Amino acid sequence: MRPLTEDETKVVFEKLANYIGRSITHLIDRPDDPHVFRLQKDRVYYMSEKVMRFATSIGRSELMSLGVCLGKFTKTGKFRLHVTAVDVLSQYARFKVWIKPNGEMSYLYGNNILKAHVGKMSDDIPEHTGVVVFAMNDIPLGFGVTAKSTSDARRLDPTGIVVFRQGDIGEYLREEDTLFT
Amino acid sequence: MVREARPKLGRKARTKQGLIPSYDDFKKGALERKPYKSTFSKPSNNNGDRKRKRNDGDKESKYLNGKKKSDKREKVEFIKNSEVKNGDDFYDFGEEDENEYGSDSSADSSNGDVVNSGDEVVDSGDEEEGRAMFSDDEGDNDLLESANMQGLAKAFKTVGEKEQEKQKQQQEGEEEEKEEEEEVEEEDEEEEEEEKEDEFEFLDDDSDGLVEGEDGVDELDDELDDEEFGDDDDGEEDDAEVEINVDKSTLPSTEDQDSSNIAPDIHLSRTRIQEILNVLDDFTKLGERGRSRSEYVSQLISDIANYYGYTEFLAGKLFELFSPREAIEFFEANEVPRPITIRTNTLKTRRRNLAQALVNRGVNLKPIGNWTKVGLQIFDSQVPIGATPEYLAGHYIIQAASSFLPCIALAPQEGERVLDMAAAPGGKTTYLSALMKNTGCVFANDSNKARTKSLIANIHRLGCTNTVVCNHDAQEFPRVIGGFDRVLLDAPCSGTGVIAKDASVKTSRNEKDFIDLPFLQKKLLLAAIDSVDASSKTGGYIVYSTCSVMVDENEAVVDYALRKRSDIKLVDTGLVFGVPGFTSFRGKEFNQKLNLTRRYYPHTYNVDGFFVAKFKKIKLEEKPKK
Repeated sequence: MRPLTEDETKVVFEKLANYIGRSITHLIDRPDDPHVFRLQKDRVYYMSEKVMRFATSIGRSELMSLGVCLGKFTKTGKFRLHVTAVDVLSQYARFKVWIKPNGEMSYLYGNNILKAHVGKMSDDIPEHTGVVVFAMNDIPLGFGVTAKSTSDARRLDPTGIVVFRQGDIGEYLREEDTLFT
Repeated sequence: MVREARPKLGRKARTKQGLIPSYDDFKKGALERKPYKSTFSKPSNNNGDRKRKRNDGDKESKYLNGKKKSDKREKVEFIKNSEVKNGDDFYDFGEEDENEYGSDSSADSSNGDVVNSGDEVVDSGDEEEGRAMFSDDEGDNDLLESANMQGLAKAFKTVGEKEQEKQKQQQEGEEEEKEEEEEVEEEDEEEEEEEKEDEFEFLDDDSDGLVEGEDGVDELDDELDDEEFGDDDDGEEDDAEVEINVDKSTLPSTEDQDSSNIAPDIHLSRTRIQEILNVLDDFTKLGERGRSRSEYVSQLISDIANYYGYTEFLAGKLFELFSPREAIEFFEANEVPRPITIRTNTLKTRRRNLAQALVNRGVNLKPIGNWTKVGLQIFDSQVPIGATPEYLAGHYIIQAASSFLPCIALAPQEGERVLDMAAAPGGKTTYLSALMKNTGCVFANDSNKARTKSLIANIHRLGCTNTVVCNHDAQEFPRVIGGFDRVLLDAPCSGTGVIAKDASVKTSRNEKDFIDLPFLQKKLLLAAIDSVDASSKTGGYIVYSTCSVMVDENEAVVDYALRKRSDIKLVDTGLVFGVPGFTSFRGKEFNQKLNLTRRYYPHTYNVDGFFVAKFKKIKLEEKPKK
């Protein structure tokens, strides 16, 4: 477990900013309960500083997880968000898409979001921007990137793809073996 | 919008799932047992038939035919009478004719007494034996555990024979009346031998049964004797006759046992279980003379093992925990699955909202009971309960009701540092985290790396952000990091409390497991105790729990810890229901405080078999104990 290097921080923050924009400062500046990012075996975790201090007693090979896992670095140095980060993202999400109950299961099985399934979505979402996906009752279901801007999406036919899926909570079942090493 | 739960139940759910008792139930019957309905039917009274027939058989056959119907109700009276009338006149034959029907019982009793005059002598001896045997039983059962059944059967045989011989010798001189009867019996012997092989025919066969009922047993004995001792029949038959014949045929001869080993007959076992239960209920009266209580018990255990599919070793171990009747309830309850229960994740939702959401998806549910505010019991569901969007979003976790208990007992406070020593798959860890409202820190340890996967998955799904997951051997714990406010040790165990869930326990556990597991559990418990900070302002508690009902893994381990560590004491678990733990068991005396621990059985509370003990660690400097 170690703090992120400057390069790594940049990569991670760029990725996060894609979804939560400038709210990223809320993640870092929490005067009442300071939180930190830590790297442990490729994975980036986000946790309270207190928890981090306790966890320093655990050896590197024995420490399996702490706080919230945000994602992992690929071998090529890119950063991939995991669905486990959805709670953090949904709190500060800049753009949101809500899907209707009849589209929930389709999305949770790993499909992209079709126009027909969109219940509502934020205005002014540009093309290829990170969005957080919610069910109509505001349960966060995952995240993705828009295929069309909001205005373009209005003109799309019902089977057209609005959001490309990147992560969804169905992965807890589908990817249980690989998601958590 | 709330649907009625009951009418919509599927057949399966209705028949198989009992309700977890409500808080009121617990209040009402606090520690009393709720009678669990066993599926056994009432015991048949065939025994009574046989007995009385035997008595009358010599004299009046016509009379007997008429009596069949009334046998059942007469049986009870008969027994009473025979008790009372021990000192009565022997011969009252005249009465029978006069009384014809209504007074059968008195006639019977008189007849019984005829025979019983001799009995009395023997019976008194028998009673003593019965009582002595009770304690001996234990020794016998211990033998049972290690030795195989056949060897034992032989041993019993010889013991039984010796006793019988003694008795015979005593009696031989005393009673001549029986000789009459012997004659009859001898005639019948050939027929009877055939019949004994099949107990059921034997029981059902009323007309033959008159005499044969007793003879059958006698013969078994005879056979035994003939093989080795070749003794006189007189004494034996007397013994048999003397008996209140209720269950003469319950114990099979050695030969029967052998054959049953080859092709175990489940129905036979079941019937015999019931019969033996009847005998054990009132052994001094119903027990067959010359057969010790331990013989009945060992036969019962082997029948249980056969009928329910346990190894005899495990059946014996479990049997020791209960009275015979309760043991059967326990074994029956293990055949029925526990209800599916879920726990609301209070970090993300509230129970009312969750219940509403699930009801909308076509799930039938209701709160588990007043002892928990987060549990819901699922009756049936139109969608897979482990794959709803609410499940994936971490609004609930599927968790047995019994697993709530140690967390409730530990009662972690906000801001504390808590250790869960054997955490996977995370049901309890996430509950602890939810109880602390994601403050403080929960260390979730599991020694099995593969199992930490599911642990991490659940922790993330349920949104617990205050956790640290590590993969140490739990025994290393005070060295890795200590000074916790509270420690939960849900120890690895034999799983005898969750046989309904995992039937492989029935056959996979052997004697070695019950030596190795407690050994490990003791080490873990000491490690847990040492990991706690005694001077913690809010805490200093340790909770030890297992999903086993064995005393070896529960009370014995706790008692060991109390002896080894002087700075801990048992405290009340804070759980509103549960049976107090044993303070002594089969000759072992435990710390008297063990009545503060709690046991849970599938047949009493319809939760998995479970054990919870809560310790408080005290500062030694301030309070040197002992």
